[in-house]
Amino acid sequence: MDETDQALCAAQAEKETELLSFIVGDQDYSVDIMSVREIRSASKATPLPRSPSYVLGVINLRGTVLPILDLSLRLGMDRSAELARNVIIVVAIGDKTLGLLVDAVSDILSVAADDLQPPPDMQADAENQFVSALTIFEDRMIRILDLDSVLPTMSEEAA
Amino acid sequence: MADPMAEIKASFFIECDELLEALQDGLQLIENGEQDSDTVNVIFRAVHSIKGGAGAFGLTQLVDFAHRFETVLDELRADRMQIDQSLLALFYQCGDVLSDLVRESRDGVAHDIASVQPVLTALDQLIPADEEDTDDAVDFQPMAVSLDLPDLDDMPLTTDGLPPLAGGPDDTAKTYLIRFVPQQALYTLGNEPVFLLSALSELGTVQVSCDDNAVPPLEDLDPEAGYLCWEIQIQTTKDEACLSEVFEFVEGICTLEITTLGTAQPTLCDSIGADLAISPPDPEVAPNLELALPSPAPSPSPVTQATAPAPANDTRREAPRATVRVELERVDRLVNLVGELVINQAMLSQSVDAAGLSANTSVHTGLEEFLQLTRDIQESVMLIRAQPVKSLFQRMSRIVREASRDIGKSVRLRTDGENTEVDKTVIERLADPLTHMIRNAVDHGLETDADRVAAGKPAEGTIELTAAHRSGRVVIEVRDDGNGINRPKVQSIAISKGLVPKDADLTDSEIDNLLFLPGFSTATEVSNLSGRGVGMDVVRSAIQALGGRISIASTPGMGTTFSISLPLTLAVLDGMVVRVADQTLLVPLNAILETQTLSANDIRAFGPETNVICIRDSFVAMLDLGAELGYRAPLQSYVGCVMLLVATEDGSKAAIIVDAIEDQRQVVIKGLQDSYGRIPGIAAATILGDGQIALILDPIDLIANSEWRTRPPSLEQHEVGACNG
Amino acid sequence: MTLQVLAVDDSRTMRDMVRLTLTNAGIATHLADDGVHALEVLDGMPTPDAIITDINMPRMDGFGLIDAVRARTDCRAIPILVLTTESADDMKTRARQAGATGWIVKPFDPQKLVKALKMVAGTSNG
Repeated sequence: MDETDQALCAAQAEKETELLSFIVGDQDYSVDIMSVREIRSASKATPLPRSPSYVLGVINLRGTVLPILDLSLRLGMDRSAELARNVIIVVAIGDKTLGLLVDAVSDILSVAADDLQPPPDMQADAENQFVSALTIFEDRMIRILDLDSVLPTMSEEAA
Repeated sequence: MADPMAEIKASFFIECDELLEALQDGLQLIENGEQDSDTVNVIFRAVHSIKGGAGAFGLTQLVDFAHRFETVLDELRADRMQIDQSLLALFYQCGDVLSDLVRESRDGVAHDIASVQPVLTALDQLIPADEEDTDDAVDFQPMAVSLDLPDLDDMPLTTDGLPPLAGGPDDTAKTYLIRFVPQQALYTLGNEPVFLLSALSELGTVQVSCDDNAVPPLEDLDPEAGYLCWEIQIQTTKDEACLSEVFEFVEGICTLEITTLGTAQPTLCDSIGADLAISPPDPEVAPNLELALPSPAPSPSPVTQATAPAPANDTRREAPRATVRVELERVDRLVNLVGELVINQAMLSQSVDAAGLSANTSVHTGLEEFLQLTRDIQESVMLIRAQPVKSLFQRMSRIVREASRDIGKSVRLRTDGENTEVDKTVIERLADPLTHMIRNAVDHGLETDADRVAAGKPAEGTIELTAAHRSGRVVIEVRDDGNGINRPKVQSIAISKGLVPKDADLTDSEIDNLLFLPGFSTATEVSNLSGRGVGMDVVRSAIQALGGRISIASTPGMGTTFSISLPLTLAVLDGMVVRVADQTLLVPLNAILETQTLSANDIRAFGPETNVICIRDSFVAMLDLGAELGYRAPLQSYVGCVMLLVATEDGSKAAIIVDAIEDQRQVVIKGLQDSYGRIPGIAAATILGDGQIALILDPIDLIANSEWRTRPPSLEQHEVGACNG
Repeated sequence: MTLQVLAVDDSRTMRDMVRLTLTNAGIATHLADDGVHALEVLDGMPTPDAIITDINMPRMDGFGLIDAVRARTDCRAIPILVLTTESADDMKTRARQAGATGWIVKPFDPQKLVKALKMVAGTSNG
């Protein structure tokens, strides 16, 4: 490999994003792997009163209180089969850490920035707001989740 | 290890804060007419110490301002000036400027000289002309000190790195003859000739001879007197000035002659007085002595009082208590570890219980002691984080001064309970809401001077800021003696903003509490001071985030009081573990007045969906915790449930119904605010012995937000069976 | 023998600076906050080779401390250096009247401080 090739590879590597893909209600979603802190199995959450239905509650993550969102409910889908949903992806969003309950984690993908395309603008589905980009991987359409919009909005409406 | 100078600099800024606090205290004492002879000294010393430290770090602007302030204070100290209201106001302003300069120096921000010009001008006018002429400010040259020191023993006594005092060092070695005749005073003042000779020996090659001709026969010898003199021949590349520098401290209390051998020009060091009567030493008589000279008896004048130290000019003040400065991070680590210890201890207790050991075993006794120890450690650790609210109050005193000046009202701030201690984080996070409340009080609470006089009040308004410990909490109050809340106006604003229905029939207290509603910003009254787009709702959120509550009380024509009630610590809580609808929750123990298992006779139907509890012939509102938190629908029967009687802010009571009380224990508070957000009725969370998270109830907030439904809607036409059954 | 020095100043920053300077020079440093405290510290330590003191301090100032030290038979010969922000000429007279051995002008040059100490208290091997 000569120098030109190396430079080319480096440039390509810079543009590539690594995504953690997972399944929520038969659909493929993904998040930037940089925002993922850990993946763990689901445990019994303490429900939070007066919270939206998609907020499952809080669990004890090594001494800290971790809120858990049921991503399928958050994305406007039905609660899917109980048995399959046993994975929590712990993500950092700004200064908050949150657990997302998903059906299963599938893969880690490297996607070039050029291969990401903006989602088509369709007002009919409210959950479109949660998708920041789309890409095709091995013939499957992968949605890239916009983590900021997943945050429960009620945390801001104090008192 | 970190750079020691950087550490000292950081500690200097901490000290500055303390000194500024002492300065404020002093001014406050003077303002209240409570000063004593030392008050001005204390103020002077504070400014002086800031100047001293600032000089060491080359903070010229700070030094310069502190110096001018100090000069004026010195006039006051010397009774050449009388303090009056305007001078006091100027001093307060100087304190503010000084505090700004300290902060800016710390943050490395350039200071806006123009903004302090009026203060500088005012100060300069007070500095006597003669002092200005001597250009006193130049005397004190700030010097950024570097501490790259060689070891003492390796360091020659040369003045390397220092400007030569006179002339320059000569490369060629010269020989000097030094005659050194100490006077009595030299010894009295604690000098020791041998050290001077030793210091001299480091400048070159020396030959010392001691002249003991003056030593009298033993019977005539005065043990307190010195009889020896020395002659030193030194070969050195240093010049004469370097040599005489060694004798700097003994100049005038000895006879010193330095002669350059060869040129034979005797030089008298400065204007040394007389005492030249000693004959030139005879080299043959004087024995050559090595430097291991026997030290002549240091001989101070006869002592009349051997023990009593000079009376201290002021011993009323307490001796400073020994303190250690510790990085907050270390304390917090300890706090966290102790938190883990508490959880661990709870888990251990649970395992022991599960093991089914009898209550009399030594394991139980040991566990009891462990529990007690854990609590003691925890309390002690929490105390480390506690700080007096004083610094906070002093910041508020500045807010009052600035706000009242801006708006042209005369306002006096009275503070009380400044030594009340609160968790450091609480103090920090209280600054913003309190600032807002104080500005509000100056701006909206108090009337204009003219209006006050017209109402028969003193022109000067008073704001009282107090802190006190009250039943396990800290209560901070902001009270003004203004006109009270204009309730008709508040209500009409709330109606115009659609916050309350037009025809709402509100009690006084309900109207007052409208101020806390989000969106209630009295836009028509937005002023420079408090109209910063923040309303009292933001203040309330900030207080609630600290686990605190805020309430308001107002009397027309008399004034308004805001009370903030805060937990002593943000870290632990004594709670009652309760179960309701299969959920485990904690209720703060200090909120619970009493508990009781309900019988049918205790429950009386009130409205279509509400019940009351009858306790000793009085009726208390009944609240189903499970229903309020949405865990379940109201029950058909509450017989056998447990009631927790709690008192609300305004003194009324309510009964919170739970299924059972499981335990009582101390828990570590884990905030929800940061990870999730605020939940009405919930103060925080904690981790129980089994690792599960339990929510901690905020009973007052729960009651304020409750719906009171304790009967299933479907049964609204009927009596609740269980009550009558 | 390591030199033992008692440094007295009501400013923590100054105490820290003196201590750092002296420690770097291999001198054992004892600290006190004011004159009264210094006399207490003095009772609990081996007689120091020198005392360095600030002048303006609460409770008992530097001059008071010098008086008290000079009045004690066991301590009266201790060399005492005063730290002062005043110009040297004024200070020399006042310090000497008060019974001080030498004087250092603040903000002090660390080398000068160590040198002054050597002149009044010698060095560890001197």
